[in-house]
Amino acid sequence: MTQAFRIENGGLINRDKKLSFKFNGKTYFGYEGDTLASALLANGVHLVGRSFKYHRPRGFFGAGVDEPYAVVQLYRNGETEPNIKATEQELFEGLEAKSVNCWPSVNFDIGAINNFLKIFLPAGFYYKTFMWPKSFWYRIYEPFIRKAAGLGVASTKHDKERYEHKYEYCDLLIAGSGPSGLAGAYAAAKNGAKVILAEDKPRFGGSLLTSDVNIGNQSGKDWAEGIIAELKIMPNVVVKNRSQIFGYYDHNMLVMSEKVSDHLPSTKKYHPNKRLWYIRAKEVLISSGSIERPIVFGNNDTPGVMLSSAAKEYLKVYGVLVGRKPLVFTNNDSGYETAIEFKKHGVDPVVLDSRKNAESEIIDEARNLGINIKNSYVVVAAQGYKKVKSADIASISDDKKQLGKIENIECDCICVSGFWTPTIHLASQSGNKTKFKEEIDAFVPGQSKQNEITLGAANGVFSLDETIKTSFKAGSELSKKLTKKDNEIAIPNVVEKKSSQHDKFWCVPLPKGKNYKRFLDFQNDVAVSDVEIALREGYRSIEHVKRYTTLGMATDQGKTSNLNGLQLVSEIENKVVPAVGHTTFRPPYTPVSIGAIVGREVGKHSKPTRKSPMHSWHEKNNAVFVDAGVWLRPRYYKRGNENLFEASKREAKNVRTNVGVCDVTTLGKIDVKGPDAAELLNRVYTNAWLKLPVGKARYGVMLREDGIVMDDGTTTRISENHYHMTTTTAQAANVLSHLEYYLQLVWPELNVNVVSTTEQWAGAAIAGPKSRDLLQKLFPNSDVSNEGLPFMGYMEGDLFGVKARIFRISFSGELAYEVNVESDYGNFMWEKIIEVGEEFNIQPYGTEALSTLRIEMGHVAGSELDGRTIPYDNALEGLVSKKKDFIGKRSLQRSAFTAEDRQRLVGVVPLDKKTSIPEGSHLVKDDKAPLPNPKLGHISASCWSVEYDNPFSLAILKDGKNMIGEKLFAMSPLKNKVIPVEIVSSHYVDPKGERVRS
Amino acid sequence: MLYINCPHCGMRSQNEFSYGGDASVKRPEINKEVSDQEWDNFVYNRKSLRGKHLELWQHISGCRQWIKVERDTATHEIFRTFKADEEVA
Repeated sequence: MTQAFRIENGGLINRDKKLSFKFNGKTYFGYEGDTLASALLANGVHLVGRSFKYHRPRGFFGAGVDEPYAVVQLYRNGETEPNIKATEQELFEGLEAKSVNCWPSVNFDIGAINNFLKIFLPAGFYYKTFMWPKSFWYRIYEPFIRKAAGLGVASTKHDKERYEHKYEYCDLLIAGSGPSGLAGAYAAAKNGAKVILAEDKPRFGGSLLTSDVNIGNQSGKDWAEGIIAELKIMPNVVVKNRSQIFGYYDHNMLVMSEKVSDHLPSTKKYHPNKRLWYIRAKEVLISSGSIERPIVFGNNDTPGVMLSSAAKEYLKVYGVLVGRKPLVFTNNDSGYETAIEFKKHGVDPVVLDSRKNAESEIIDEARNLGINIKNSYVVVAAQGYKKVKSADIASISDDKKQLGKIENIECDCICVSGFWTPTIHLASQSGNKTKFKEEIDAFVPGQSKQNEITLGAANGVFSLDETIKTSFKAGSELSKKLTKKDNEIAIPNVVEKKSSQHDKFWCVPLPKGKNYKRFLDFQNDVAVSDVEIALREGYRSIEHVKRYTTLGMATDQGKTSNLNGLQLVSEIENKVVPAVGHTTFRPPYTPVSIGAIVGREVGKHSKPTRKSPMHSWHEKNNAVFVDAGVWLRPRYYKRGNENLFEASKREAKNVRTNVGVCDVTTLGKIDVKGPDAAELLNRVYTNAWLKLPVGKARYGVMLREDGIVMDDGTTTRISENHYHMTTTTAQAANVLSHLEYYLQLVWPELNVNVVSTTEQWAGAAIAGPKSRDLLQKLFPNSDVSNEGLPFMGYMEGDLFGVKARIFRISFSGELAYEVNVESDYGNFMWEKIIEVGEEFNIQPYGTEALSTLRIEMGHVAGSELDGRTIPYDNALEGLVSKKKDFIGKRSLQRSAFTAEDRQRLVGVVPLDKKTSIPEGSHLVKDDKAPLPNPKLGHISASCWSVEYDNPFSLAILKDGKNMIGEKLFAMSPLKNKVIPVEIVSSHYVDPKGERVRS
Repeated sequence: MLYINCPHCGMRSQNEFSYGGDASVKRPEINKEVSDQEWDNFVYNRKSLRGKHLELWQHISGCRQWIKVERDTATHEIFRTFKADEEVA
């Protein structure tokens, strides 16, 4: 294919590097420096998609971030990405893209039938139509709407690209590298300020790349290049292209998405695809420029109708003619600039100017070039279906209400300019209350709320001279405040052509008898008639009109449509635009890849992984791991073809008959030190702590102030003023914060320090009737007899030369000990226990066996201490002191907590002694009762009792105290199970607790 | 994201902190009899203020100190920060 619409010379593309690419399966060529849009236009391709609702043909409307039409599905390096703007996607060798929202092809789209049904699909159509019959919603309407809605298709594969996050701090952050951004950056940088200059496009310079101006005796483009070259080598300046600042958050935090690799065929090794910058700036200069807005006329969505500034950019930056018979339709001088560029490249444009008479240097130049100018003329409607073939034009009366005789004029593109809309998104996001500027018919930033200033076109200033002057001054003053340096910089002389006042005309009336669609929002297919319907139906607030019609709600967020929508509402409502107000600008300014937002926090990186020092031993011995918070813990150790059930039963049985060892390193450990340590514990735990002797451990329960159990664990008095507290794995961090809260804020008079020692100690629980024999062999020099180390006793020991702490505590309900050594010796300890334990038939056991053991003993854990239970509910009221005060005690007097039929921990056994009860099952009196069947309680934990070889569960049951012996039903609608059960004591095994003391 | 001046560490981003609620709430003294109303006020009843609010934050990923932050709940402006034991004038 030849690039028939590429001019011979000119543009900023690299003509030495030809690139091939595919669009809808067909191969084309472009040049390095093209966007997908410019390369397609160079090949004369204008039809790129179908519209959202009516499936009307869509072409290119803009040349950048404002593009509402040219949204494509991109294929790159075996991946696909939906909803990429062709105007932003840079061309690379081998690029592939396809049209979206059309089937079977963009040329023949069955959905286009909606176009002929459009009279039936006005605003609110879906709301009104799919209401009845109700049963149709799930089966018919929703699947249909889902299929019809949306643009591109998201990949279902794992994204192999990498995304990074970066945090940065600077004195001055500048959003946009147009004349204002460059001048501000330069002045601030010269004063030594740390500056970040961000540009969303690949090329720096903004409007200077396309405007015919002179700065400091150079062309605008050359001046921009000179400034950028100078900034790039300054150590205090970061200059970033392909980087969009999309959000302005609290306390001058801005977020920027840098496209690192999207312009390359594949991402370079060690490079991310995108990098998200979190930038905390002391000052922000918003120089985001402005976006041209269209004039609304009939069929203004036909491919070939585009913004006049886009046509100019395609010509000046990419060397591409968007047409050979252009019609320029304008209400201001910008249209003339485009017409002049066409003329300079040997193309004869016709200019329709809605103004009756307008005089300026620019218009003079156009006239002198011999351009055909028609004043008081408008485009009534574009003609042509897949591409503009001609235009119906007419003269218009001075009051803009009456059209003259319709004439048809041949053209292949219509370049439209309805003046400029400042890009105030970032300023508005910062909290700045915008104000309406009458002279430009648009909103501009008002009073700054954070440390931000908006300059240049973004502030509604379209004079280059004024922009350059104010921006140099602002850059210099903002930096002077921060660096205390003041280097005088000569402000360059600016030569620009003066322009004349624009016409406050934005919408061409319909000619008599014609019913052309006049679109406001091109991506969501919202026409003038839709907004009229919304207002007729009583929607008044602009926020409601927006949501009812979907105006400005597409992926372009109404960059070219919002203001015209406001004009229309204000006209119908007979209000001024500022009285209508505008909808809220929210981040992101432009769509941001979810991958960039997530960054590296995917898969295993989504949270830290904590491993005990014995992890590698577990791995080598076939442990199957389970996530316990951020810890990885062995769930069971697989032998042969065992499954979870078989392995955990074997491991638990071995603890009951021989001895087992479990890695308990993950338990939270807190060192509590100081003369008032006992007093702190006494206030934190529900039971008494003041008389615990040195060398003894005690089990304790701590509450929140509302009386709910927060955590449980044992705390051991290591020495006079030193306690070793343990917490559950899950609550370790919360308990530490809890203690710090009371020590720092509530009782600062207590002389205690707390510090986490979880990482410092490796722990092994040795449990089973043979555990003492094993312990004696591990510590031959210590007296670990029942007298030497009684239940809840503590001693230090010598484990083959390693200092160890030995606690006689038990979670399994068996005779058990816990041995702690410094983490680095964890693996040594473990291997010794296994080695020495061999003669006692030791087996390691995982969390599943651990659960089994504790459940059949009736010991509570996280599934009972679930943030909804008080000590009584867990049968722990015996640990609640009546004599002393403690955190949460007063709440326990609340009437609901003292009710006679208060819920309570019970055991549950299925009547058939075979069927396991799913955790979470509800306990009910009558399995046949109509819904909602009153719930009496729920199953909190289930196991297979190795002691009795039948299923056993714990439950929290209403009036549990008086329910022992009752027959109920456990119902699990999730598992579709109804199991007749009997309520028994929660102490299923060894109810007197003799084993732990044996 | 808020930018909070930790009185011990200096300016730090919000993601280093965890929120701790109204700093003006006083826990009844330990071992002291309190009425139901007093206790309810301490445990449950909070004003949901719009405007200047003195609140607790813990610099959980920093010095682990609980601090007091005077912040506008509507605008997020932070006026002053205090150490746990500092009197708020």
